[in-house]
Amino acid sequence: MADIKNSISSNTGILSGNASGTIQNYGDHERELTTLNLGPTHPATHGVFQNILQMDGEKIVSGVPTIGYIHRAFEKIAERRPFYQITPLTDRLNYCSSPINNMGWWMTVEKLLGVKTPKRADYMRVIVMELARITDHLICNSILGVDTGAFTGFLYVFQEREKVYEIYEEICGARLTTNMGRIGGMERDFSPTALEKLRKWIKEFPAVMREFESLFNRNRIFMDRTVDVGPITPERALNYGFTGPNLRAAGVDYDVRVMNPYSSYQDFDFEIPVGTKGDTYDRFLVRNEEIWQSLRIIGQALENLPEGPYHADAPEYYLPPKQEVYRNMEALIYHFKIIMGEIDAPVGEVYHSVEGGNGELGFYLISDGGRAPYRLHFRRPCFIYYQAYPEMVVGTSLSDAIVILSSMNVIAGELDA
Amino acid sequence: MEPLTNQILLENLTKKFGDSLFDIWEPYGLLTLTTTRDSLLPLLEYLYHDEYMQMNFLTTMCGVHYPEKQDAELGVVYHVHSLVHNVRIRIKIFFPIEDPRVPTLTNLYSTANWMERETYDFYGVIFEGHPNLIRILNVEDMNYHPLRKQYALEDGTREDKVDTFFGR
Repeated sequence: MADIKNSISSNTGILSGNASGTIQNYGDHERELTTLNLGPTHPATHGVFQNILQMDGEKIVSGVPTIGYIHRAFEKIAERRPFYQITPLTDRLNYCSSPINNMGWWMTVEKLLGVKTPKRADYMRVIVMELARITDHLICNSILGVDTGAFTGFLYVFQEREKVYEIYEEICGARLTTNMGRIGGMERDFSPTALEKLRKWIKEFPAVMREFESLFNRNRIFMDRTVDVGPITPERALNYGFTGPNLRAAGVDYDVRVMNPYSSYQDFDFEIPVGTKGDTYDRFLVRNEEIWQSLRIIGQALENLPEGPYHADAPEYYLPPKQEVYRNMEALIYHFKIIMGEIDAPVGEVYHSVEGGNGELGFYLISDGGRAPYRLHFRRPCFIYYQAYPEMVVGTSLSDAIVILSSMNVIAGELDA
Repeated sequence: MEPLTNQILLENLTKKFGDSLFDIWEPYGLLTLTTTRDSLLPLLEYLYHDEYMQMNFLTTMCGVHYPEKQDAELGVVYHVHSLVHNVRIRIKIFFPIEDPRVPTLTNLYSTANWMERETYDFYGVIFEGHPNLIRILNVEDMNYHPLRKQYALEDGTREDKVDTFFGR
């Protein structure tokens, strides 16, 4: 019996196994189930969380996920912070697509305050959010490749993510923890260099994307590892509260951008790709297709980028440009009031959601008229996906469990908040 | 099929649960109402199973604490969505902090499992019938529920602590 246990540990080569004492009979011999701690620091868990798997040989019998290793008490911290200071909390949720989180937060506050953003700001936001979606999906899909043993695709697209980060840098000065929005619009207009880089990138990127797809889409090894692996039915996905690419892969065409358009998504022509089986391969294909759709949206937005102001005329909420603060008394006063959190927020409650890289990212804000939210709750798609994980991996093998997790794009920052 | 509106939704609910609906309003277009602990589960089951409304998607839920509300200090807020009609509803219940019991929704929505654990973890709400009501984001041996209002975050203006090393 001990030999079997040892051979399981050495065959999988992953962490330590210890016998749970459960004995099952298999014909004329009996063996013990193995408890396997997958995580919290295993690279294939895409962050810090743990899965305690019960293994019968290579087969998973049950799984218990444990999360909370990087819980940072966002919701509690938000109860003491003025609206502007909550932005840095949001972009650390899904750090692969920070701008979407930021914009989602601004839009929630704008809804509460009744601020209407001008068209140009909306289009600029759409461009940035779609860029973020592309990078998010690129990383998810390429790491799925890495988890199946194919490293090349990852190297290809990581370069592209760098280029997108350079565009962010040109727009706002930051790369990862972006903070390019304001209540009422954008912090500054796109510079000519930013626009030039954007145009250049959307022209050059499709070739790389096609190459990436050709590496995987009909790749025999990749398909063997992903087709029919970890499928979920539309009914189960809905019951589990799935949204975003994972739900669409199961065949439900729910997309917040279409169902509840925000930031002028209604102006753009794009399709919602859906899968049929909800398996790992479908999730991969849906994300790839969404990248093409995002490119379409960015192309349209750049082509029709309206002239005009890039922020609303709402001095009591919109942080004035720094140069103005030095020269103009009113700007100085508003700057002071906004920074010190003296924005008069109306009493009320608002729920606003955006289509994040991973699905519906919702902000539920209760305001009691104070300087900070009375209660702020983030609806985090990863938190919702991950509870379905045990159901999805039972009956599969350990190597399947890795790719299923990878294809769900579970990101620890968003999972643990 | 006639599109579902807040008006129709409210009429349907009033017909069945009229006595137990309070504080009905529409902040930013989202129908919001408060119900009682006893009617919560029947109400959500009705919304879920009704063939016309099909409000079977639990978007999110969270706790909230109003220390000054006598006998209704703790609350749970549910956001339910009908994907067919694209209409949402926000349902709240309030109860005394001394008796924080709420029926679980895990038999209705699988997604309620972790959401309820999170609400338990942060607010100490006991979801009766939950299969595994343990802390989810905080450590197991924590003996309080941190999002309740009595646990204030450290005040940035306090002077009784000298913590120069922390840059304050």
